[in-house]
Amino acid sequence: MAEGILQLKDDNFDKEITQAKGVALVDFWASWCMPCKMVAPTVEALAKDYAGKVKVAKVEVDEAGETASRFNVMNIPTLIIFKDGKEAGRVIGVTPKEELAKKLDALLK
Amino acid sequence: MSDYDVIIIGGGPAGLTAGIYASRARLRTLLLERAMPGGQILTSPLLENYPGFPEGVSGIQIIEEIVKQGERFGLTVKIESVVSVEDKGKGAKTAKTDRDTYKAAAVIFAMGASYAKLAVPGEDKLGGRGVSYCATCDGPLFKNKEVVVVGGGDTAIEEALFLTNFCAKVSVVHRRNELRAAKILQERAFANKKINFVWDSVVAEISGDQRVEGIKVRNVKTGDEKTIAAHGIFIAVGFRPHTELAKGLVETDEKGYIITKDDMSASGEGFFAAGDCRKKLLYQFVTACGDGATAAFAAQKYIEQLR
Repeated sequence: MAEGILQLKDDNFDKEITQAKGVALVDFWASWCMPCKMVAPTVEALAKDYAGKVKVAKVEVDEAGETASRFNVMNIPTLIIFKDGKEAGRVIGVTPKEELAKKLDALLK
Repeated sequence: MSDYDVIIIGGGPAGLTAGIYASRARLRTLLLERAMPGGQILTSPLLENYPGFPEGVSGIQIIEEIVKQGERFGLTVKIESVVSVEDKGKGAKTAKTDRDTYKAAAVIFAMGASYAKLAVPGEDKLGGRGVSYCATCDGPLFKNKEVVVVGGGDTAIEEALFLTNFCAKVSVVHRRNELRAAKILQERAFANKKINFVWDSVVAEISGDQRVEGIKVRNVKTGDEKTIAAHGIFIAVGFRPHTELAKGLVETDEKGYIITKDDMSASGEGFFAAGDCRKKLLYQFVTACGDGATAAFAAQKYIEQLR
């Protein structure tokens, strides 16, 4: 697993994301989901590019069903962007890195 | 700017097969793929109709093997997203990506296709909240739930069958009163107690606030409407070709599929197309591979006559 990416579960999601300040990108995924594997390198690259600026985390839906359900994640991969603990945007499916970077840049301004 | 003989855009079965053939022909070959080699077949748990695998083979497994095969013959695969393609005349094409610009004598378009939308109220709003286009990606999230599948082709029926592994009930909504799917899939679906069919019907609306709650369907013969209680809707009503990059360079049909001759050459000189982005009769893994081989051979002939 790439450095700089948090692996979150139901018990630490709120502490790291919804109760935290700043911008966060959370990747909801599962091991059986091929498109999730296609998104993983993008998430890793963003974690590198935005190190120190954006908190990047992954949530495996099988391990954190309660969190996935709370955010109505019914399709994966779903990437949710949080700003100061509140959902500020979400994208579903394989998304180009530039599109995600644009969304993050807009929130970092 | 780097120089190649041929640039292949898209790393699904068509592009990868073109890559194998072009590399074996000793053409300097670059394959540009925006995400990960494989394309749509990656979501197929079992490919049953590809020759040579009597027990079937998973999409992932066969793609891994094809990628290895390409590497063995010197195919260069780069994970970069192509932004634009330019025609600078005979034997001079460029492909600009998010990182670099590449030059080649010929270009093979193999960008594939993806699902078409229904274009009904609620579809976009509830995207990712119960509206899905990929049962193998999202099916397990609907454990013991009731879901709807829309469509009557191979993809729709394969998805319905796959979903019975997890879901309590699967309703297939189809606008006609018979299926287009392969007969063997129909037999399995009709025999499956978890699947029921809603014939002659189209989806009028997907309802729900934070997530999908019901699917309003309309009978096209009687005009009657009813709502099916469901937590999820899987849409498999056809495809949309990814041919934005080819726009203005080659002729396409009204849906955007690239028109080619038998040798996969497109209307613009030095441009070829293979696989699901091309207008043809049968959109399958095996035909994508065939297209790729033919396109690479035709590109080779084109490049040789330039010299």
